[in-house]
Amino acid sequence: MIKIRKDIETCEGYANCVVAASDVYDLDDDGKVVILRPTVDESERDKVDEAVRSCPTAAIWLEDD
Amino acid sequence: MDHVVVVGGSVGGIRTVSGLRAARCDGAITLVDPEAAAPYDRPPLSKQVLAGTWEPEKASLGDPGSQWNARVIAERTTSVNVDAHEITLRTGERLGYDALVIATGAAPRTLPGAATHDGVHVLRTMTDCLDLRQSLERGGPLVVVGGGFIGAEVASTARALGVEVTIAEALGAPMAHVLGDQVAALLTTLHERNGVTVRCGAGVRALDGDGRVEAVLLDDGSRLPADTVVVGIGVMPNTGWLEGSGIRLDNGVVCDEYCAAVDVEDVYALGDVARWRDRQAGRHVRLEHWTNATEQANTVAHNLTHPDDQRAHTARPYFWSDQHGVKIQLMGYADPASSVTIVRQEGGRERIAAIYHDGDELRAALTINWPRALATVRAALEAKTPASDAVKQLERSQRAGCSSSA
Ligand SMILES: Cc1cc2nc3c(=O)[nH]c(=O)nc-3n(C[C@H](O)[C@H](O)[C@H](O)COP(=O)(O)OP(=O)(O)OC[C@H]3O[C@@H](n4cnc5c(N)ncnc54)[C@H](O)[C@@H]3O)c2cc1C
Ligand code: SF4
Repeated sequence: MIKIRKDIETCEGYANCVVAASDVYDLDDDGKVVILRPTVDESERDKVDEAVRSCPTAAIWLEDD
Repeated sequence: MDHVVVVGGSVGGIRTVSGLRAARCDGAITLVDPEAAAPYDRPPLSKQVLAGTWEPEKASLGDPGSQWNARVIAERTTSVNVDAHEITLRTGERLGYDALVIATGAAPRTLPGAATHDGVHVLRTMTDCLDLRQSLERGGPLVVVGGGFIGAEVASTARALGVEVTIAEALGAPMAHVLGDQVAALLTTLHERNGVTVRCGAGVRALDGDGRVEAVLLDDGSRLPADTVVVGIGVMPNTGWLEGSGIRLDNGVVCDEYCAAVDVEDVYALGDVARWRDRQAGRHVRLEHWTNATEQANTVAHNLTHPDDQRAHTARPYFWSDQHGVKIQLMGYADPASSVTIVRQEGGRERIAAIYHDGDELRAALTINWPRALATVRAALEAKTPASDAVKQLERSQRAGCSSSA
């Protein structure tokens, strides 16, 4: 399993992550990233990897369980 | 690829270097930029660093030598010889390349005669930012010439420092020529509510003052007192060093959809300096957006490392701006000629989404204080959702937002 991590201080609400993986990331009303699923399966790595890379402020990252 | 030379070491250049390493490119990479020893990001220069809430170091883009094993040459490039595959530095030194990446960005336009007065600034570099900060500390008044995003951010930051601010825009309303009248009016209201005076429809005739600037004189005969002036009238791509090289220049480096410069071999361009063919838009475009520079850098890094799997770059144009404590976000190609439908979320903090559409075809959206709406529009653009459906989605989320806060 892959753990989904975030730092809401760094998040600027660009929504790039939401577009890359809308079933994993969402935004709250203040435009801060919300993690919908705290862990994802290895088979989803490419998708969440893309989300992490597309974040302009490096506010999200992955940790291997 | 044996040796990639990247000229320009701000966000576009740095992301190319890191992208190449992420794609497991283990060849030599050289980064050439007079500022390459300590690369930094520009958006904070009109926001946090200018406001003094961030130390300049916080805008750092990293250390290309230790992080991505790049050789750094802190020098200006003065020319390129595409046949010999080499560039020349200001020192006269020549450097060969297998692939050349042009990421030299853009430089601000200036007012004729502005250089003769102290207290007149442009804002592009860290030095510009720290100089302007010093000027603002004298207390103002500040006149911002030009109603673009960077000028608007400077106005907002200066207001927060307690400085009296006037924006002088030669055209109808700030940003009207890019965003249309309706949205320009929303942005003007935001300024005025926050104590910024907006003067439209009169161009700058001259600057007045003996040594330091004392006033800005407008076409209509009026005189705006000023202790500091910021000129924000747009930028020009930094292509002077490419003239006569055979690389085609036309408002930037002309590239194909793969971000490769046309007419020549092994040259790529990205970021503010590049005008590439966007398949989706069906024309050549040059964007001055941070996110586009990073996405193009990804594309170039991919194309350099995958000669048999070239990827076209299509933009999802995205720009954000922080003004008067409010986040303004623009997604898609906004055309002032398009129709605009405005959705407002009332109650609590006002949130606004302006949806640009031609008939029912969704083109773009500008949101004020409503990032969630931007995410909705972004997905709708990607899925080619009709504009009326996107508007309905926003109205629905608006009701949901209201009931959850009630
Ligand atoms: C104050 C400010 C605020 C901004 N705010 C936002 C924002 O909120 N949102 C947003 O989306 N965008 C914003 N932008 C725009 C964004 O910063 C740019 O789109 C982005 O910096 C473009 O990156 P780039 O790498 O293409 O070019 P640049 O950042 O312009 O970098 C080009 C680099 O090339 C170097 N160079 C130039 N000529 C040569 C040469 N001959 N030889 C060697 N090196 C050379 C320069 O020293 C520079 O470091 C802002 C820009 C500014 C100035
Ligand atoms: S892409 Fe990054 S900054 Fe944007 S919403 Fe996601 S986490 Fe936040």
